[in-house]
Amino acid sequence: MPNTQQLQDLTIQVRRDILRMVHKVNSGHPGGSLGCAEFFVSLYQDIMDRNDGFDMNGIGEDLFFLSNGHISPVFYSVLARSGYFPVNELNTFRLIDSRLQGHPTTHEGLPGVRVASGSLGQGFSVALGAAEAKKLNNDKHLVYSLHGDGELQEGQNWEGIMYAAANNVDNIISTIDLNGQQIDGSTDDVLPMGSVRAKFEAFGWTVVDIEQGNDIDAILEGMAKAKSLTGKGKPVCVLLKTVMGNGVDFMMHTHAWHGKAPNDEQLAIGLAQNPETLGDY
Amino acid sequence: MKTYTNSGNKDTRSGFGAGLTELGKTNENVVALCADLIGSLKMDEFKANHPERFYQVGIAEANMIGLAAGMTIGGKIPFTGTFANFSTGRVYDQIRQSVAYSDKNVKICASHAGLTLGEDGATHQILEDIGLMKMLPGMTVINTCDYNQTKAATIAIAEHHGPVYLRFGRPKVANFTPEDQTFEIGKAVQLTEGNDVTIVATGHLVWEALEAAKTLNENGISAEVINIHTIKPLDEKAILDSVAKTKCIVTAEEHNYLGGLGESVARVLTKHQPAPQEFVATNDTFGESGTPAQLMEKYGLNANAIVKATETVLKRK
Repeated sequence: MPNTQQLQDLTIQVRRDILRMVHKVNSGHPGGSLGCAEFFVSLYQDIMDRNDGFDMNGIGEDLFFLSNGHISPVFYSVLARSGYFPVNELNTFRLIDSRLQGHPTTHEGLPGVRVASGSLGQGFSVALGAAEAKKLNNDKHLVYSLHGDGELQEGQNWEGIMYAAANNVDNIISTIDLNGQQIDGSTDDVLPMGSVRAKFEAFGWTVVDIEQGNDIDAILEGMAKAKSLTGKGKPVCVLLKTVMGNGVDFMMHTHAWHGKAPNDEQLAIGLAQNPETLGDY
Repeated sequence: MKTYTNSGNKDTRSGFGAGLTELGKTNENVVALCADLIGSLKMDEFKANHPERFYQVGIAEANMIGLAAGMTIGGKIPFTGTFANFSTGRVYDQIRQSVAYSDKNVKICASHAGLTLGEDGATHQILEDIGLMKMLPGMTVINTCDYNQTKAATIAIAEHHGPVYLRFGRPKVANFTPEDQTFEIGKAVQLTEGNDVTIVATGHLVWEALEAAKTLNENGISAEVINIHTIKPLDEKAILDSVAKTKCIVTAEEHNYLGGLGESVARVLTKHQPAPQEFVATNDTFGESGTPAQLMEKYGLNANAIVKATETVLKRK
């Protein structure tokens, strides 16, 4: 198991990957990707029990589903750096004939991706279905999922959230990226959602808070707690408070970089703030 | 002319229920999901036999489609059950992204399709679902004609890897195809041989086409009736071979002429072998309340309508 410093080094490299990927094609979503870099690194390098290689059915291992597919840069970077496909392939992000589509998909057969996402609000249902299949298969491994906070405005989420508690789907840990931002502004301005915690609790979920969602130790501690709460008859939700654009000062605390790529100068500043650790692709 | 005997009216949805019951016994990977319509979809027996493989999702069709997509990851073969309207239009984006684009092995089983749902009226009578589903890349679209064929199709689609839309209906209609048939996806079934006109029908209109062929035969017109249970992939060869002989065609379906079987047939003919075609279908309209027979008469979807369309198309030869 890598230590915190190794995870931190990987996080910095992942940030560089994200910036370089979106810069090259002048498109993509750096803000949410950067905000979740520590979470993805912790999940794939420490928290999840994963088999070598990739098998779609994922029997005998933990599974992860990304519902807010637009943060594909961080997903692709961490998948590549966790061995699912060559790191060099990050060069092909959003290019024609690439397996690294703008939003993740199984369609081109990219290892590590189990369902297409991008049209928001569908990930809860799919992750819950996979969790139900694990129960039928008597597979004790867990299903993890990640969702944006703005994404919770989609109604299908709440169908799934209601289903999960009603059916005691207690082998799932669904994380909400609470960065408080969406395309048109802060979530409080666009469509105030009130207490997300109170909503999940009212729907019968066990809720774990990770207040420092960009701190690897806090993530590991919070996710370990979440894991200890599985198997007790209730689904588990993690509220991960993150800072959009984390690690690149001018991208932080704003929705401005939700779906905008840095120019050459901005890229240079962002990379200077995150010196190369494991080597660029 | 070859004739067919109705062994007794039965609803196609009960054929689905019987097929699902059979699958429950023979294929342990088959799971079933229903959105609060177990009785309507005839899923009671599967539920009773295999409670651990049956999922009541409540009135939440979008979640049902997503759950089904997720269950395929782990090797399950999910069959979802609700009305055709709620199986397609209501959940189009869920099917598009989580099932079709993701190539998930989900079987979307849709009852109460078309006008023959009857008295509930247009809110529930979808006449656009074939079009919606056939436009999705990789989706197989099947519309069965009677109880026996629906049962056989239900069993057959479990063996086919990939998303399938299986469309059937509510009313009791003639049951005339063989009980022991083998259902071959994408393979048209020629029911009668004829030289003057090809009648290609799907779903409830297949029996009507046979009735029409009888009337036409009495008037000296020899009709070749083809049952197209699979609209996608379409058995183009069967259509082209028949039209090469008859030089004209009538298509018949319980669906809007826009986006339905008729348009798929027209595309094939236009590309390979242009020929006059008449469409027995709804004319870009919503339905309304009424008995199934009244509605099929009013909207021109019965044997009489097929006879009239044939008379028209023969004049255009």
